[in-house]
This record gives sequence, structure tokens and C-alpha cells, in this order.
Amino acid sequence: MHAGELGPAVQWAIDHQIKVGRYLGAKDFVPVNQAHIMADTESLGVAGVEWLERLAKLPAEQRRVRIPTITDPRGTDFTAAARLRQQPWMLDLERRAIAALEALGVLMTDTCINYQTIMPPVRGEHCAYGDTGVVIYSNSVCGARSNFEGGPSALSAGLTGRTPRYGYHLDERRQATTVVDVVWTPQELNEWGALGGIVGRLAGDYWRVPALTGIDRVPTSDEMKHFGAALASYGSVALFHMAGITPEAQRLDDIMLAGRDVDRHRIVESDIRAFVASYAVAIDKVDLVVFSAPQLSLIEMQQLADLLDGRRASIPLLAVTSPQVKPDADRMGLSERIERAGGTVLAGMCFYQSYAREMAEANGWKALATNSAKLTNILGGYGYRPMLMSMDACVDVACAGGKVTS
Amino acid sequence: MTERKFYASAGMGRKVQAQALVAKDGFSARYDLDRIRGVFSRPQHKLVGQSYVGRVLVLDAAKGGVATAWMLHEMKARGVVPAALVLNAVNPIMVQGAALADFTMISGFDVDITGAIQNGATVEIDPTAARPFIRIV
Repeated sequence: MHAGELGPAVQWAIDHQIKVGRYLGAKDFVPVNQAHIMADTESLGVAGVEWLERLAKLPAEQRRVRIPTITDPRGTDFTAAARLRQQPWMLDLERRAIAALEALGVLMTDTCINYQTIMPPVRGEHCAYGDTGVVIYSNSVCGARSNFEGGPSALSAGLTGRTPRYGYHLDERRQATTVVDVVWTPQELNEWGALGGIVGRLAGDYWRVPALTGIDRVPTSDEMKHFGAALASYGSVALFHMAGITPEAQRLDDIMLAGRDVDRHRIVESDIRAFVASYAVAIDKVDLVVFSAPQLSLIEMQQLADLLDGRRASIPLLAVTSPQVKPDADRMGLSERIERAGGTVLAGMCFYQSYAREMAEANGWKALATNSAKLTNILGGYGYRPMLMSMDACVDVACAGGKVTS
Repeated sequence: MTERKFYASAGMGRKVQAQALVAKDGFSARYDLDRIRGVFSRPQHKLVGQSYVGRVLVLDAAKGGVATAWMLHEMKARGVVPAALVLNAVNPIMVQGAALADFTMISGFDVDITGAIQNGATVEIDPTAARPFIRIV
């Protein structure tokens, strides 16, 4: 590969992986079964799309990925772009990126919940996943082994079928560095996200592995999804354990390295309430409500449809799901119920990956309500004033013209 | 006066000399930057409102998601990009992004590098040395 006998795409990929692996202390490579590429065009820019197009022009036998390689959300839902006031140049760039990725043999799944919808990894499976939420869920809940693989590295893994063996591919990296005693188990999804945000801030960086004790029931997949996505977002954390719940921590001792000093913390209900309240300062009216980041599961779509039945959202209410969930939501009437109540169902995109700054400017959006802690963490930098609320409260606000009553 | 070098555990890219922009805070291109205007834009960031263009960013830890892996390349193509990145702790995304963009980055010090380098100091970074380092010029 390194000598170029398989063509310039694979040669670039292995060279990239060697640079990354050397920096991070990898001694060799590990074969991977799946890759997942984040490649929205807001991140790629024109330069990134042109870079993909150069690979796509290579002969077919030199440019195709050699393991199943799927994609994270795109920067638009083409069917709703006009309603979002996205510009034609954004759509053109998206079409070019899609054409290039397809030429490389990438499956355009356009989802950040592939662990709920496509092919969940199995315990011990080595993968090269992009999207921090995918990595942390796969590592922690499924027991798979992946680092954060940004677009170029995930594509490299697709082209070479391997990835440098460092970080969370190694047993010794998967031991706890921080123990967090959670005295109050969250109930709503936004509270799970808040807990993730608090633990993420405590953990601090990518190489920290928090282990939670005290969670008093087995969380649902959606609860784990919101907790993990927020933990990865606030802390850049890629792996957590929950004692007695996640597969590598049936007992806390299973993931405690003998003789290692660990940080210890305690989180109580008021910490989670304070985290949520910190995003509500001086906001008495929001311009829109967004359910996204991560994309909604079929179950979340049903919950939202139930909450909206017989009501009317009088400000924009966006429900963003995956292209795999959307047909089921359509078939079961969930999309129609959400849209009949004034909502907009979007598929294959994610709000913050879809030119959030430009959408805000085009639509006059500033204050936003969401039940996603991850989204609240990201959108401040895009000029929004985000507010973190439960799904119920978000629906109430949307149906009250955006007015925040408590 | 004795010259003080701060050695990093790893580095990549080319030798750089520029003015340092320092804060005890994290870094993510997606979360923290207005990449069109070339300024820090996250309200909670300690460098909010300040231009990062052409500066050596000396910060604590890599934060956020995977987008920086593409964004450094995109920022460099438009010329709205820092001169280099110096971090106490990297995540793989920063390394992958620096590798794609051929961008200068060093990380991992014996001291808190955000406390060792003064904001506004002119610094030299040499990631090509046997032991990558940053020094105040």
C-alpha cells in the first residue's frame, strides 16, 4: 500500500494513517470491520469536496473502499431545503460530495444513529467510526472498539481496511480513570444529556474514562444515546462505563486498574437541575424548537407525535431523524401527525451540521429550545442562544408561540 | 538570559514563528470558531471575539466533535487559519486534521503550557526537531 502498488488513494490513506498512528503512539494496525464517515459540506468546504472529487476520478479499482463504509448526516434534506432557506450553493456542494463519496463505494446512510438502525457493532469488534456520539455509544454500550475517526481517517480505514492500534483499541486504555457516583438517576432525555454534560466537564479530555455508579435502573437506548452524545460533546470522551449495566463493567472492579489512583466525584439532582437552568438565563421567548443531535429514533418520533396530537406549533418545530427511521415514521403515520401539528420532519441531516449559522441569518433565528444537551453545547458558537428543556416542555413552548413560561 | 524551551511529547508539520494567543481553555473548530470571520465565537470561550488568524494558539485540550479533521484543511485553503496549534492534550481528531492539512501542531508537556507561554509573546515551534518544542523568541 505504502509503495503505491494499489494506487494513489490507498497510498494516501496508509500514509495518513501512519502519520496519525506515529503521533499517537500506535505500534501497528488493527483490522476493522466497518467505517463511518462524517463528511458534511459545512465541514468539508469547497476545498474538501474538491479533494474528494480528485479521489473519485481515479480508476474504479483504485478508489473503492474495501470494508462497509457508511456516512454521518449530510448538510441538508433536499426535500426541505427551501423551507430551511438553505442556499443553492449549499445544495450544489452537497450533491458534489455525495457523487464523490458514492464513486468511492461509500453507502450514503446519512445517519448518526447507525447503532440503532444499520448494524450495531458487537462486543470486541474493531471499527473506525466518525461522529463522537456513534463512537461513545458503540464503545460503551456495545463494547466495540473505536477511536474518534474524523472524515479523512474514517475514509482511510475504508480504503485500507485497518486503522492504527492506539487508544480505545487497547485493553489498558479502557480502564476507568474517573469514578462518578450518581445519586439521582435522570428521567427525561434532556436530563440524561445534562448528566453527560456534567460528567464530560469533569472528565476533561479524550483520554479520560469515566465509570458511573449509582444508576438505579437500566437506561433505554435513547437515554444512553443522549447521555453519551453529551458526554462526548462536553468532554471529548469516547468511552464510559456504568457499573452493573454496560458490558465491560458488570462489576466496578472489572474496569479498575489495580493500584491506579482515580478521581472521584458525586452528582446529585440539584447539579443536573443547575446544569439545565444554566441555559435558560434571560430567555423569555424562543424562535424555534429543534429535536436533533442525535437524530430521533422511531420511539422518539412516536413520543413527539403523541405530545403534538390535537395541538398546533406556532413557531418552527423541526424533528430530525435518519433516512432509515423516516420511512417507518411515514408508514406508521407519525410524520403526518407531527406535520399536521405544524412540525417539520427532516431526514438525513442534523441541525448543527446543516449550515446552522446561515440558517439562523436567513430565518432570523436566535433563541432556540431543544432537549439535546449536545446541541446546546454546539450552537452557542454558531450565534444561537440555546435553551435545554424536556421534550414535553419544548412542545409546550412551540405551541405557545415560543413563549417561555417558567 | 537563559532561553527556555518547552518540549512536547509529539509534533507534526513545519517550523513556525508567530505571535501566541494563549488561554486556559479548550479547542474545537466547529464549537469555538466563526471560521468565516476568523474569530473565536463561542460566548463562553476565554478568547471570544479575538482573531486567531496567523496566531499560534496555545490552549489546554482538544474538545468537541470530529469536524475539525476536515475544517483545518478547509480553513487553510482559504487562508483563514491559525499558524499552529499547541495543546496540553490532543484528541485523535486534532492529529487527523493536522495530518490532512499539513498543519503544525505539538502537544503534551511536563508543565501546563498555557501557564508557561505569555499571551502575545512571539514564539517559535519546531515539530521537526528530535524533541519537538516551543520557545519564546
